[in-house]
Amino acid sequence: MTQDLDSRAVAFFVRRHRLRPVELVPWVLAVGAFFVFPDYLALGAQVLATILFGLSVDLVLGYAGIVTLGHAAFFGMGAYTAGYLAAHGMGAPVLGLIAAMAMAALVGCLSGLVILRAQGLSILMLTLVVCVMLQEAANKLTSITGGADGLQGMEVSPVLGLFHFDLYGKTAYCYALVVLFFGWAVARTLVHSPFGRSLTGIRENVARMHAIGTPVFFRLVTIYTISAAMAGAAGALIAETTQLVALNALSIDLSGLILVMVIFGGVGRLYGAFVGVPLYMIAQDRFSEIDPTYWYFWIGLLLVLVVMFARGGILGLCAALIRRFEQRRRR
Amino acid sequence: MTEPALETKSLCKNFGALAVAHNIEFSLAAGARHALIGPNGAGKTSFVNLVTGALEPSSGQIFLAGHDVTHLSQAHRVKRGLARTFQINQLFRGLTVLENVTLAISERHGVAGDFLRAAGRRRSIIEEAYALLERLGIGEEALRPVRELAYGRQRLVEIAVALGLDPKVLLLDEPAAGVPSGEAGTIIDVIERLGSEIAVLIIEHDMYLVFRLARRITVLVQGAILVEGPPQDIAADPRVREVYLGERVRR
Repeated sequence: MTQDLDSRAVAFFVRRHRLRPVELVPWVLAVGAFFVFPDYLALGAQVLATILFGLSVDLVLGYAGIVTLGHAAFFGMGAYTAGYLAAHGMGAPVLGLIAAMAMAALVGCLSGLVILRAQGLSILMLTLVVCVMLQEAANKLTSITGGADGLQGMEVSPVLGLFHFDLYGKTAYCYALVVLFFGWAVARTLVHSPFGRSLTGIRENVARMHAIGTPVFFRLVTIYTISAAMAGAAGALIAETTQLVALNALSIDLSGLILVMVIFGGVGRLYGAFVGVPLYMIAQDRFSEIDPTYWYFWIGLLLVLVVMFARGGILGLCAALIRRFEQRRRR
Repeated sequence: MTEPALETKSLCKNFGALAVAHNIEFSLAAGARHALIGPNGAGKTSFVNLVTGALEPSSGQIFLAGHDVTHLSQAHRVKRGLARTFQINQLFRGLTVLENVTLAISERHGVAGDFLRAAGRRRSIIEEAYALLERLGIGEEALRPVRELAYGRQRLVEIAVALGLDPKVLLLDEPAAGVPSGEAGTIIDVIERLGSEIAVLIIEHDMYLVFRLARRITVLVQGAILVEGPPQDIAADPRVREVYLGERVRR
């Protein structure tokens, strides 16, 4: 009996980090979409990049429990970095991507060192402040950012010098998919690692984490920096694939929107962004076509329903249904 | 005599005009079974918070095994063998019992900052956690989320998390608080079975539990030590009786 439980205990932990078949579904769908919807690849690339952005938000919000309304700061930092390089003769996409991640990580680390000393709602306010300050700085520094007119004259070279960005968005889609895959692999490794588990501990009970000897502040700054780099990569992807960067990349609107999309999908489950972002963006695309005047109403209604009936988002709802089904079967 | 496991020297803490700790000279011998008692608001929990580093003292010093830890962070004091439990459960309620303990054990082994290797691959840590739960008689509940457990069982998890840190000094803040009297026995058993390598300080209201477990008692009143001695002396001390009697009358 004891031995049995012991091995079950180990099995429980091992099972959790082993890749389950259902985790391949997003990738199968993403590759399938490439062939099934050749006319929508430009939108598809944006969706993929936004998923990466959502994933970065889920890491801080869903795992570490840092409520942020300013993640666009890092997204925009990445977008402007990649955009600036491309407008100044350094249009190699991968170079832009790496530079964007480095810059976003830098801003994430520096701002994290200040704001993560606060708690709860104060953190929320401070993330917002960082975002607004960066946006205002970008607005003023017209020589670098182009100000309210947006960054002009981006020239993005082929990916790795081989794949030209085409009119249909084939290259853009594949490029975004590969970057997203890397981001997912990093995030997945992270959340199953002891580091990731300790973040969950911080979210669940920060007082106890202090009491078991966790350097809480250091852990939070670390994940905040990693998440910022990931958001920066997402910003760079959007900038490079649309060849456009404007001030709204640094806006609170965007910060809020990405939060809504991730909550819509389900927070702290790693796949919330994979569900929430495409559903939201596709719904937005469809609704605005069906009902051009009042489409925002339908999005709002959708969100109200999720908040009222599916607190854990769509994935939370699915998990609850599966649990109920299994309980019934056991009986 | 060997160095005390824990020692405070003229420890003071003031919140404005209120002194929650006033010149506390306290010493916990290695392997001790020591109780800290006192009426409500005597500053018992504040004392624990000062010792663990959750509160910063206004003045005075704190030593762990002879090392001055007054200016070390909570985390560093834990690394030096100091662990505590809380009067009101501070657990990771959404996580399983097993994982509550593995978090502490990973932290002690210094692997909790590792990004790469999945937590589930560290078999030795999981097995160590499970063995600890077995020892406390909650192995059966290892895979249940803490919030589903009865309160008395949660109190055991509270102790298990602290023991996962392999402490040399263990501060138990009212370990049986809120537990139905029928289940308090299990908790007393667990504390009684702790090895002599651990110095235990129990902060407690329940006199039955104190006299059962402690070999030495310190009475704290209004942030200052009133008296300290073996249980029989404390029980006979008129000042202690007055404090406790006075407390009851006022209620």
